[in-house]
Amino acid sequence: MRGEKQYSENRRQSTILFLIAAAVILAAVTVSGILLEERGMETDFSRTNLIPSVQYLFGTDWMGRDMLARTLAGLSLSIRIGLLTAVVSAGTALVLGTAAAVLGKKADAVISWCIDLVMGIPHILLVMLISIACGRGFAGVVAGVSLSHWPSLARVIRGEVLQLKSAPYILAAEKLGVSRFDIIRRHMAPHILPQFLTGMILLFPHAILHEASVTFLGFGLSSEQPAIGVILSESMRYLTTGKWWLALFPGLALVLTVILFAMLGERLRRLLDPASAHE
Amino acid sequence: MKHRLQFTAKKLLRMALLLLGVSFASFLLMCASPLDPLQTNVGQTALGSMSREQVEKLEEYWGVDAPPAERYLGWLKDVLHGDFGVSLLYRQPVLEVIGQRLANSVWLLLAAWIISGVLGLALGAAAGAFRGRWPDRLIRGYCLLISSTPAFWLAILLLLVFSVWLGWLPVGLSVPAGVDAAAVTLADRLRHAVLPALTLSITGVANIALHTREKMADVMESDYVLFARARGESERSILLRHGLRNVALPAVTLQFASISEVIGGSVLVEQVFSYPGLGQAAVTAGLGSDLPLLLGITVITSAIVFGGNLAADLLYGAVDPKIRRRAAGR
Amino acid sequence: MIRDLSLKIRPGQITAVVGASGSGKSLLAHSILGILPYNSRMEGKILYDGELLTPKRAERLRGKEIALIPQGVTWLDPLMKVGAQLEKGRKDAGTKEKCRQALERYGLGADTEELYPFELSGGMARRVLIASAVTEKPRLIIADEPTPGLDARAAARILGHFRELAEEGAGVLFITHDLELALTVADRVAVFYAGETIEEADAEDFSDAGRLRHPFTRALWNAVPAHGFRPIPGAQPYPGTVSEGCPFAGQCGKCREECRRAEEIPLEPFEGGMVRCLYPERRTAG
Repeated sequence: MRGEKQYSENRRQSTILFLIAAAVILAAVTVSGILLEERGMETDFSRTNLIPSVQYLFGTDWMGRDMLARTLAGLSLSIRIGLLTAVVSAGTALVLGTAAAVLGKKADAVISWCIDLVMGIPHILLVMLISIACGRGFAGVVAGVSLSHWPSLARVIRGEVLQLKSAPYILAAEKLGVSRFDIIRRHMAPHILPQFLTGMILLFPHAILHEASVTFLGFGLSSEQPAIGVILSESMRYLTTGKWWLALFPGLALVLTVILFAMLGERLRRLLDPASAHE
Repeated sequence: MKHRLQFTAKKLLRMALLLLGVSFASFLLMCASPLDPLQTNVGQTALGSMSREQVEKLEEYWGVDAPPAERYLGWLKDVLHGDFGVSLLYRQPVLEVIGQRLANSVWLLLAAWIISGVLGLALGAAAGAFRGRWPDRLIRGYCLLISSTPAFWLAILLLLVFSVWLGWLPVGLSVPAGVDAAAVTLADRLRHAVLPALTLSITGVANIALHTREKMADVMESDYVLFARARGESERSILLRHGLRNVALPAVTLQFASISEVIGGSVLVEQVFSYPGLGQAAVTAGLGSDLPLLLGITVITSAIVFGGNLAADLLYGAVDPKIRRRAAGR
Repeated sequence: MIRDLSLKIRPGQITAVVGASGSGKSLLAHSILGILPYNSRMEGKILYDGELLTPKRAERLRGKEIALIPQGVTWLDPLMKVGAQLEKGRKDAGTKEKCRQALERYGLGADTEELYPFELSGGMARRVLIASAVTEKPRLIIADEPTPGLDARAAARILGHFRELAEEGAGVLFITHDLELALTVADRVAVFYAGETIEEADAEDFSDAGRLRHPFTRALWNAVPAHGFRPIPGAQPYPGTVSEGCPFAGQCGKCREECRRAEEIPLEPFEGGMVRCLYPERRTAG
């Protein structure tokens, strides 16, 4: 028994270490991207189409822009948009999920119907539609991604709150005359919060991927901005001429960032909710 | 049997209501858009080649005079008569455009859907059966990698490797460029569809594999698998007879319910490969402010998605012995 | 984890293992069959027919010479018809015939084969599970709590089937938490406590508390409703959590200092039975 406890204690520590490391890396990417944004836009026709080298790790493009700086700036933009949209999305999910569970049958039916409706349109199409409605650009992407990602988390929260509502100890607390607010604060929030937090972090990867996808298709950030979607979309024109590095490195960097977020969410989920972790 | 019919009718009604909701929501979104189809360049040229009647209809739907609800009802009335309006970009009835594009996409989607389903089921079952050991780790790692990779980037990579670098497969389109339509062979079409289908199959695997893995791991720890083992059944027989039997139904249901992901992926992948399917049409329509076409595509794809969900529900009833026997008993 | 277990099962006899839930009884059954879950381990040896029962040998014998009768209907695949489960994937006429006969023996017709487990009533499910054991000619039958939730009459009928099997020459290991039930059918009774056998005795010895050897067995006897229904104070430690001394020390009224300190208390013959106690109870006239 003691060995097991030791093991889980070790695991907890390594998880926390991982969380810190991942957060530091992501923060570093975000900050360096902001600082490098100017450099990523600098054109220099004396160094066009350079293959990756020690000086230009990711190479340069047809306008002589440093791809490393562009990639970092793009990632930074992606992460910031991802954070913003995931927070908005998760907030929407929390409000609607709780409302569906608490406000009675009619509200539940309406909200559940809305969830089904949003899930019935392929994600990418919905993001496109909303982005068009908002006139594309930054506002379009943010609105599109935030408004299309809440349904699954809302469902989870609705289910959780419903279950909690009928839990014996909550019913007992009600009978004992504990105030509604206190029940929510002392008994419900501690259960919902971990679910909500991990749900939110696990939304980041989706949000980032959809932002990049929609931008790639031309419905997102404008082509002047060094977004990953823009970089990859531009690289398409130079693929057949063998400029592989224009597509490879920015994409790879995006994948790594998303993986880091996904692992972060997964580890956090295990840390906060050990029972759900299937190892 | 009566019970089943009632169940189906109820689901159909719900589906119809959801479709109405989708069309209304999309209509509203387009009304809210600052892009006015009658003002954009494409619209301008299109207008010249349209009949007086068609132009009037366009103005009626997309003009700014009437309130949105009224305009929506007008659109809905026509749709119920089978008229989705005229595409501004293609200058053809929307339904015709969708029909042609869907015909191009359908085999691609179907192939990817089936391959990813079968592969996902197999990988998930293997991971669940070997839980905690290296096949499991490998498969889970693959799923994490794939679900973190944007479909369009994977498409670009495959394009780089197989078309540009190795030169085995064509770079894009669904048929060789500059060849007369009559001269295009089936082999040509297949060669052009390989990479898009491959991309969609690879990305579609992750979700179903992870779900099947959880389910399979539960099954392998169940009492009935323990009993089968106690009665001398071999591990192979247990996996095939009990394991697959018990994970297949949830997997198939999930696959039917996840049609929207394949369609979503096809939008990106078709764009990369310039494959003239429904997804590419959606992007073109969106970029060119061809609102009638975009609306039509949204409604039709949602209908397909809801159809998939319905199929999943019905399938569950048809295969699960509990529901089946109860229905037969009535 | 089972720590110290010694048990003899003789052909033609029913040996009952009695212990509270959580005392490791099911693990005993599973370790004989070699189907322990991958995260548990087993030490010690099991002899079958005088030869060591290795995992390999157990794999060969299980389902043929050694059969398990499990607790209930959840031990059947919910999505497979009964007939197909009994046949274990073999489709030849011989197997089919054997399964049919096994079911018939317990009054279940051919139509039972076409049923799914959820369509079986409780009694039917129990009989199907017994039938599954006799599709072959097993020489050792392990019944793990085969009668939960059955009333006394139905349970007696099931136990009657075990007696029949024993009379045909099989050894039956009957695992239960219910001492009274065990005594209605068993020839020998082993009492299980915290993963150890603490007493093994003839069923007759249980006719009178005075003939029992271990304090726990006596306490168990006294807890039976017909004998006064006196509960045992305290709780049994989980198997594997006691590392030294007598595991029953915490609940024993006669515990002495040596009992807590003894490194190992062996299972020793005492007055015609076996007991694991430093100061076993002497027979008293009853």
